[in-house]
Amino acid sequence: MDGGQRRQSGICGMEEIIMADVFKGIEPMVYKSRISVPYHWWAGETASRFLIALRDERKILGTRCTGCGKTYLPPRKNCPSCFEAAMDWVECAREGTVLAFTVARRQLASLPRKVPVIFVLVRLDGADTALLHYLEGIDPGSVRISMRVAARFAQERGARMQDIECFVPKGE
Amino acid sequence: MDRAAIIGIGMTKIEARKVDMTFADMAFEAVRGALADAGMSIDDIDNVITTSNDFWDGRTISCMAVGDASGASDKNVSCVEGDGTFGAFYGLARTLSGSYGTTLVTGHSKGSQSVSSLITNAAFDPIYNRTLGADMITACALQANAYMARTGATAEQLARVSVKNHGNALLNPNAHLGMKLTVKDVLDSEMISDPLHRLDCSPVSDGCCAIIIADEKRAKKAKKQPVWIKGVGMCADAYFLGDRDLSRSESLVKAAKSAYAMAGISSPEKTIDIAEVYDAFSYQELMWLEGLGLCADGEAGAKLEKGEFDIAGSLPVNPSGGLLGGHAVIAAGLYRIAEVVRQVRGEAGKYQAKKADTGLAHGVNGLAGQSHCVWILGKDR
Repeated sequence: MDGGQRRQSGICGMEEIIMADVFKGIEPMVYKSRISVPYHWWAGETASRFLIALRDERKILGTRCTGCGKTYLPPRKNCPSCFEAAMDWVECAREGTVLAFTVARRQLASLPRKVPVIFVLVRLDGADTALLHYLEGIDPGSVRISMRVAARFAQERGARMQDIECFVPKGE
Repeated sequence: MDRAAIIGIGMTKIEARKVDMTFADMAFEAVRGALADAGMSIDDIDNVITTSNDFWDGRTISCMAVGDASGASDKNVSCVEGDGTFGAFYGLARTLSGSYGTTLVTGHSKGSQSVSSLITNAAFDPIYNRTLGADMITACALQANAYMARTGATAEQLARVSVKNHGNALLNPNAHLGMKLTVKDVLDSEMISDPLHRLDCSPVSDGCCAIIIADEKRAKKAKKQPVWIKGVGMCADAYFLGDRDLSRSESLVKAAKSAYAMAGISSPEKTIDIAEVYDAFSYQELMWLEGLGLCADGEAGAKLEKGEFDIAGSLPVNPSGGLLGGHAVIAAGLYRIAEVVRQVRGEAGKYQAKKADTGLAHGVNGLAGQSHCVWILGKDR
């Protein structure tokens, strides 16, 4: 919840945002503050292995359920579909198919980069589920569902989702 | 199941910025309204469920902070994080347990006090997804494109939902955003995230809604005719967007089927007179109507264009203006229940449907419609 500019906490008048006389004879007050709490998410065994493979081997690893055979990307430790505990590691292709897309055009507060930002759900060959990521190297108006794309790895990798820098149209 | 009914409703006006009210002020007004509607005092309330979200409220254990204002300070009070329909489901279960004759359920939020994009971004998994920066609008835009590609629903049809619901909101004195629009106005409004224009998106509003659920014995003591709970159903889909076929809502199909089964309804499209569905974005009204089985898959857009979902149509949908007419997050589904109660009672004034013996209310929780809660309410016991 840490967007916008840093403001000092405290009570102040609201004249700048209130035109109407909401309160009769009382100056409307607002308490401006922010919530900023340090937090560490342990990635767990499964995501750690996935992220390390991205960083060190530039490989995209999924997990396949030993019960129903479904392959999850990003990998899951246990199968959410059939509730089987045992999963096998499988390497997925770097190429896949766009199942859904959008082009963010307003600079929404959550966006870490300048618009337009193209989000895609990509099902990589060998996986049964789709990965959420960016698409680049294409005119935003030309993106289509079912187009083929390929992962581009970042030069500097830090065991993060952004070790895949983005997806690009296949053949680029 | 044993019978239960809704015997009181209270709603604050939904507004862009309730600068004159705190969370507790809103809860107090909605609860007092529901008590007056039921002809009861706070002493007649056996237990309380509040519904809220800590990020939206800017405090942890946010549900407890409105306890006093909800008259819960010396009562058994419990909380639900999610849409108000989910809180109401819990309240119904408590009533049917036999331990409580009446249950007060509230839902509140003030979207005006924070930044919705940052709050909904925090709903994404922090390891795999969150840092990419998607939020509720971009997640739903992914879904809208997938739905349109699969069914052939058009941008004009989506815009028509916005025109209808903003128009209906003009008739509802509680609505936040009543507007007389044309399809062109919607299509010409700012493209926020393809294919969703600004006017395809509901506003972020402030508001609180309260309802009182009673068992059969206590319902008979209410001031007005009880509105009976005929059926309820709830179902969740997978958490990760990429695990689902975003163009469909299997969880809604299941939630609706279980609600219809409980209500003994075999042909919902014939039995349901009016529906208040969770139109946080224009495409959702079409997609949810199909998931609810109120029209065939892929046909909602064409029916909408024929005027079938207008207040004077064969199935009025969101006569109150829906979420497009005012979206107090968390409270939104509870407002849908209260609006159906109004319709069934014949109290909806200028937006009253001609026939409203059986109505459907629908709430959503999670990104891009992850989970759904469906309520069937009726005049007849």
